[in-house]
Amino acid sequence: MISALSFRLTKRFGTRTVLDEFALEVHGGEFVTFLGPSGCGKSTALNLLAGLIPATSGEIRLDGSPIDHLPPERRGFGMVFQNYALFPHLTVFDNVAFGLALRARPRAEIAQRVRRMLQLVRLTEFEARYPSQLSGGQQQRVAIARALAVEPRLLLLDEPLSNLDAKLRLEMRSELKRLHADLRLTSIYVTHDQSEALSLSDRVVVLRDGRVMQVGTPAEIHDRPRTRFVADFMGYRNFFPVTVDRIEPGGLVVARGKDVTLTGRPVTPLAPGSAAVAAVRPEDVELTAELAGPNVVRGTVRLTEYLGREHDVEVALDSGTMVMARVERPVEVGSAVGLRLPSERVVVLPAGDGA
Amino acid sequence: MLPAAIYLLVMFVYPFAYGVILSLQAKGGGISVANYLAFLLDPWQVRTVWVTASIAVPNTVLTVLLALVVAYSMRRGVWMERTITTALVLPIALGTVLVAEGINGFYGPKGWLNQGLLALGITDAPRLTHNYTGVMIALLVQHFPFCFLMLLGYISGIDPGLEAAARVLGAGPWAIFRRVMWPLIAPGVAIAFALVFVMNFGVFPSAVLVGQPAGATRTIAIAAYQQAFEHSDMAMASAIAVVMGGCQLLGLGLILVIRRRMAATGVATVGAGKR
Amino acid sequence: MGRLWHVAVYLFVVGFVLNLVGIVGHVLVSSFARRWFATPLPNAFTTAWYAYSWREFQLDQVLTVTLVVAASVTALALGLGFPAAYLLARHDFRAKNALLLLFFLPLLIPQMTYGIPLATTLYRYRIGGTVAGVIAANLVPMLPLAIFVLLPFFEQISVNLEWAARVHGASRFQLFRRVIVPLAVPGLLTAGLLVLVTTIANFELTFLLSGAGSQTLVVALYYAVFAAGMRPIYSVDAMAVIYMALVLALLVLVLRFVRPTQMVFRLDRRN
Repeated sequence: MISALSFRLTKRFGTRTVLDEFALEVHGGEFVTFLGPSGCGKSTALNLLAGLIPATSGEIRLDGSPIDHLPPERRGFGMVFQNYALFPHLTVFDNVAFGLALRARPRAEIAQRVRRMLQLVRLTEFEARYPSQLSGGQQQRVAIARALAVEPRLLLLDEPLSNLDAKLRLEMRSELKRLHADLRLTSIYVTHDQSEALSLSDRVVVLRDGRVMQVGTPAEIHDRPRTRFVADFMGYRNFFPVTVDRIEPGGLVVARGKDVTLTGRPVTPLAPGSAAVAAVRPEDVELTAELAGPNVVRGTVRLTEYLGREHDVEVALDSGTMVMARVERPVEVGSAVGLRLPSERVVVLPAGDGA
Repeated sequence: MLPAAIYLLVMFVYPFAYGVILSLQAKGGGISVANYLAFLLDPWQVRTVWVTASIAVPNTVLTVLLALVVAYSMRRGVWMERTITTALVLPIALGTVLVAEGINGFYGPKGWLNQGLLALGITDAPRLTHNYTGVMIALLVQHFPFCFLMLLGYISGIDPGLEAAARVLGAGPWAIFRRVMWPLIAPGVAIAFALVFVMNFGVFPSAVLVGQPAGATRTIAIAAYQQAFEHSDMAMASAIAVVMGGCQLLGLGLILVIRRRMAATGVATVGAGKR
Repeated sequence: MGRLWHVAVYLFVVGFVLNLVGIVGHVLVSSFARRWFATPLPNAFTTAWYAYSWREFQLDQVLTVTLVVAASVTALALGLGFPAAYLLARHDFRAKNALLLLFFLPLLIPQMTYGIPLATTLYRYRIGGTVAGVIAANLVPMLPLAIFVLLPFFEQISVNLEWAARVHGASRFQLFRRVIVPLAVPGLLTAGLLVLVTTIANFELTFLLSGAGSQTLVVALYYAVFAAGMRPIYSVDAMAVIYMALVLALLVLVLRFVRPTQMVFRLDRRN
């Protein structure tokens, strides 16, 4: 078990900067997720940590000592790949035993440890099968067992669930959660799926174009996104351009836009008069009978989508702005409705991307 | 579908069968193995089997080994790869006759190579054309690119993630080759080996043009050709062709057996503690 | 260690390519030499050997035969191979493996082995020695070549496309005319060019089957090299350069459609 991993990494391919001075400290036992859209550099960062590609500049320290000079085979990490990368010519048993066999452990010990790993991922009865005879979920569990078997100092997971179907993805997510709770391995997880990031991580790093947008706990990222990009990524669908009017004693800001005047929580200090964006999630928008007032907008229902328990509603304001809401009772297309944007759920961000 | 199949039945299977039957016809009629006996008992003729094997076997081993080493080393791409692979297509496209003529010039006593050696002060370089060495060079120039391109296509088709996974798990270059790549490449290598061997065993134009067709490189194909077109003895020629085909089949079968044996006992298994 | 290894491999490859340059270069330089004897380059150059070669080796006639043979073989191989490849790609039937083997063997077995019985047969029916005989014999390996090049092209045309065409009212003929053939054009082009260049360079079968008036360029070249000394070597090399130019022109075309690794026998995981 390591107590700390710290790194500072830059990677350029030709003139293209894929990762720009990406620096982070990870504590022992922590589960950190790199979150971002494809091309943001998250997988590159993981491959740099594994040593599979050389960094343009920077360094990686494990418990204080640099490991940049070590080739991947001598870093003692475990890695789970997006496409599993199971050895097709080896049985499940031999796949899991691979790293141990290379370390020339005694046979009995290898067998014992492999069986324990297979037990851990609930694949005991499959040890003699070949990867091609397993389902996608089973293959991914083998890949995880293979990475865990070597007792890695650091576990790297590269979009391990993205090749699975929706139901299996949820199952495997819980399984990963359980494994991390049991083993407390220092883990770095790469994904483009915000729900995976929120449910699994101790900390989330949001990346965009090779730069860190925000680092924080899942709750921080979810409730207090610091830029419009992060907010967008975390599911805020409604953005209102506003101008800050004044700061209330409780810390809330009052802001005015062409659609609405509202109060909301600022994520960074905002001066009166500055341009800002108010963001709110569809789930937080409520139907209201009020005709007007602070934090209330009115418009015409353009589209409703029945989701089972709820309805997604698209409302066109008089100005033409579209507002998305998720509401519990059905509304008719064409009817006029009032929507309330609860102050405690409205986030006020500085305008511009902060990028 | 049918026209294509019928064409090959008429033009490939039938002549083959006819050749076999012809080879079994005695001079006076009736079935006999006289043609085969005549071939096998004539030291001048039967020697061609040995001559051909002594060219084909070492050349195949050398070709496949070199091709494997180079293709494996280039599996993740190298500088100027496209130029290199395009250059290597040349001898395949140009064919044996042109390559033979070029070798006679370039490797000949007055060619650039020998001129270079002389300039370096090497005056006793062995003769490289119109002998066994010449045929070996010609076959290597012809079949190394063939085998290399074949294996390069095969090896670069293997998921690079497997290698990455093995490295992270602690495998160095040798362990990656031995435990991951070789088991995956071996079936392809066996096929390459079989193809090159079969081609080598039928060597004709190189053996004539760069070799010593009346002596050291009188291969079995030359013997069959002479029998057919110089002595007009089609029955005997067919018999020799059948022997040639038999030898090729023998080599092919041997390689396939080895390949199956490898798969069964598992070069595949990691030396892990599996029962 | 690893670095040294790679340098060694790279040096070998560079050496091999240089050796190819030397082989081709020698022929090229020699064809323009007035005389060339144990010097790095000839003392004087001339283009006279080309005219000499054209006249002495009757290259007008040889080239005509070559082009007629190559064009006929290509047309026949595509014509017969197209439906065969389509059916092999689309349907599973009991004899499929046997058929695949039948198509595969002429590519696997060296031409000298089956060429002798084939020549025996064709000479018996008096086709041997004629241009028709050369075409018929060359078709034996070229038809399978066309089929195996076309096969993956058909395999990657989704069956759904055909179903979509049928659902939208295309008859079987229209389906072929408007969907399959246009989609197969790259495959036909690739297969056609490969067959063309391979036929021009194909030696053994042509050699065994051709008579006085039915030699292709490569066979004429063989006889000229074989009878070295009968005519100045420079004129033989001039003929070799003409042959080379023909093949290389086609090769440049071919390489626009296929990668070099696809030019050789394809090793499949299925094998």
